[in-house]
Amino acid sequence: MAEIRIEQLHKAFGEFVAVRESNFTIADGEFFVMLGPSGCGKTTTLRMIAGLELPTSGRILLDGEDVTFRRGSERDIAFVFQLFALYPHMNVRQNISFPLRVQRLPRREVRQRTEEVARLLRIDQLLERPVGGLSSGDRQRVALGRAIVRRAKAFLMDEPLGALDAEFRELMCEELRLLHGRIGATTVYVTHDQIEAMSMADRICVMDRGEVLQVAPPMEVYERPATRFVAGFIGSPAMNFLPARGALAPGRDSIAVSGHEVPMPRLHEGLVGPDAVLGVRPEHIRIGGPEGQDAPLRGRVFGVEYMGTRQLVTVDTDAGRLKVRAPNTLKVGDGELVGLAFERERLVVFDPATDRALRSDLHAGAAGAAHG
Amino acid sequence: MTSANAAHSVVAPRPLTQRLAGAAVILYALVTMIPLVWIGLTSFKSPEDSISYPPKLLFQPTLEGYCNLFTTRTRQTPEFIAKLPPATSTCEVISRSRNMVIAGPSNYVPRFVNSLIIGFGSTVFAVALGTFAAYGFSRFKVPLADDLLFFILSTRMMPPIAVAIPIYLMYRELGLSDTRLGMVLLYTAVNVSLAVWLLKGFIDEIPREYEEAAMIDGYSRLRAFWKVVLPQATTGIAATAIFCLIFAWNEYAFAVLLTSGNAQTEPPFIPIIIGEGGQDWPAVAAGTTIFLVPILVFTILLRKHLLRGITFGAVRR
Ligand SMILES: Nc1ncnc2c1ncn2[C@@H]1O[C@H](COP(=O)(O)OP(=O)(O)O)[C@@H](O)[C@H]1O
Ligand SMILES: [Mg+2]
Repeated sequence: MAEIRIEQLHKAFGEFVAVRESNFTIADGEFFVMLGPSGCGKTTTLRMIAGLELPTSGRILLDGEDVTFRRGSERDIAFVFQLFALYPHMNVRQNISFPLRVQRLPRREVRQRTEEVARLLRIDQLLERPVGGLSSGDRQRVALGRAIVRRAKAFLMDEPLGALDAEFRELMCEELRLLHGRIGATTVYVTHDQIEAMSMADRICVMDRGEVLQVAPPMEVYERPATRFVAGFIGSPAMNFLPARGALAPGRDSIAVSGHEVPMPRLHEGLVGPDAVLGVRPEHIRIGGPEGQDAPLRGRVFGVEYMGTRQLVTVDTDAGRLKVRAPNTLKVGDGELVGLAFERERLVVFDPATDRALRSDLHAGAAGAAHG
Repeated sequence: MTSANAAHSVVAPRPLTQRLAGAAVILYALVTMIPLVWIGLTSFKSPEDSISYPPKLLFQPTLEGYCNLFTTRTRQTPEFIAKLPPATSTCEVISRSRNMVIAGPSNYVPRFVNSLIIGFGSTVFAVALGTFAAYGFSRFKVPLADDLLFFILSTRMMPPIAVAIPIYLMYRELGLSDTRLGMVLLYTAVNVSLAVWLLKGFIDEIPREYEEAAMIDGYSRLRAFWKVVLPQATTGIAATAIFCLIFAWNEYAFAVLLTSGNAQTEPPFIPIIIGEGGQDWPAVAAGTTIFLVPILVFTILLRKHLLRGITFGAVRR
């Protein structure tokens, strides 16, 4: 059990910056997910925490103790690798018990703990098998077993389910979460899959191009994205971005989108530049008749996709093409003229110069409080 | 015929192709075997049979070649030989029939021992050094790694004869000429380049996660290398060892220039056998036959690894 604290952590490979001055703290017992596209520096960050890579600068604290320059073997951290790192020349039992045998524990204890972990992961019937013939799911269980068996201070997992097929991944996600519930160890879980992140995390850390953009619980990351990248990366389909008129004073509560004033949460900070970007999620747009009073934007339906209980309507407007998630009771056809209304308190305004979200009532007020 | 079968025939060779390919392989094997069979047969011939034309396939086998190989003999008059006590060994019988008596053992056995020590010694060193160096190049950020690797390989680009003179002079100064240590060092130096290159390929193929996992679990890097990397590199190490041994075992140019007595290996020694008392082809053939045995045994022992090793890590995990 441990708290992991990252201070100004920086890693450069020659000219290339893989991780840029990151700061965050992972609480004891937390299931912390690092999310970002491939190549954004997730693995590098994890490897630095594990002690497999030395940071260029910055500090790593484990339970308040500076371990930046300590070897991986002295940090008491377990690591599950992206590709299964099972030893092909050992069977399942030998693989799981490896960390215990390294510590030269008494044979009986090794045996007992190995079997305990194998039962927990439901692979006790495979203990004497060579790892070569195992299914990918079982292999990943063995890899997890290897990590758990040591009762390390923290578990680091680098896309542990990446190699599994979708159906199985969902199952393992659930199992992992249950497992975490039972052991309660600090877990840092890396993935590029936002659905995995949203469903498992206590908190998500979103990264892009080496930078930590936001660290927050899943709901907050979804509803109050800190940057335009976070907004676009999380949610499927992605948030709609509409060009809007800038030069906004603090306290403004509406914004001009292609000539129409759209009401929005009251801004707490201003925007100097001439342009702004309005972000709105597909489910926060309502489709109405073209003459509706409360529908500031009008457009023509470009396409409709049915998705079970919902449908995804694509609408071409003056402000660009928007995706709208509508109930499947709505009857619209291609080419139909419709009016679009936005849920006022859900809108986010971004500064296109910095891509940062402007602070508003959204952050301080009702929307946040309602979802804790 | 179903379409699946038709599609299959594209990948699997047709019976005729297969038979032709098989015939070609057998033919090639026969062609490469002929010199070996020739040498083996010659070693059991009498000197007269060995030079008869056309060559005899059926002949009276004799151990004369082997006797001559292991002994030195002096010519004596029949009267002198008649007065000797009765012969106690086959070899004595044979040599007396040629009016010779055995004077003592030949240098074949000491040379053979030299070959064993120098060949296997340099192989062990080259493979050990090569494994460590290859691991370093594969896993660590070595400054100028590419240049260094090229430099290492460049030692093999010159023909040995081009560096033989400087090495000869150097060795004379260092007191290393005609010593086993000198030859072990020399062959190690030559083989290490091959070993580094071959083994780097194999070790690159071993995911570094293996030893990283072991290190996180508490191993030092050296122990992780020993317990995790080495067991997975055995195929590469075996293949490399065979290549190194074959080179060191057969090397002629350096051996002939740098050794004359103490540390002489078989390759420069075997041709000398001819000179001792006429053209003794059976003795030369016998020396060659025995010379082939260790490498044959070594290769057969490591055959399983060799077959997989030569595909250079194409078979993974
Ligand atoms: N040892 C290395 N040398 C040079 N560049 C590296 C090294 N390791 C990672 N990188 C680069 O750093 C970036 C981040 O890599 P990584 O942390 O593996 O990303 P992620 O795990 O998020 O996909 C990538 O662009 C990668 O090419
Ligand atoms: Mg990665």
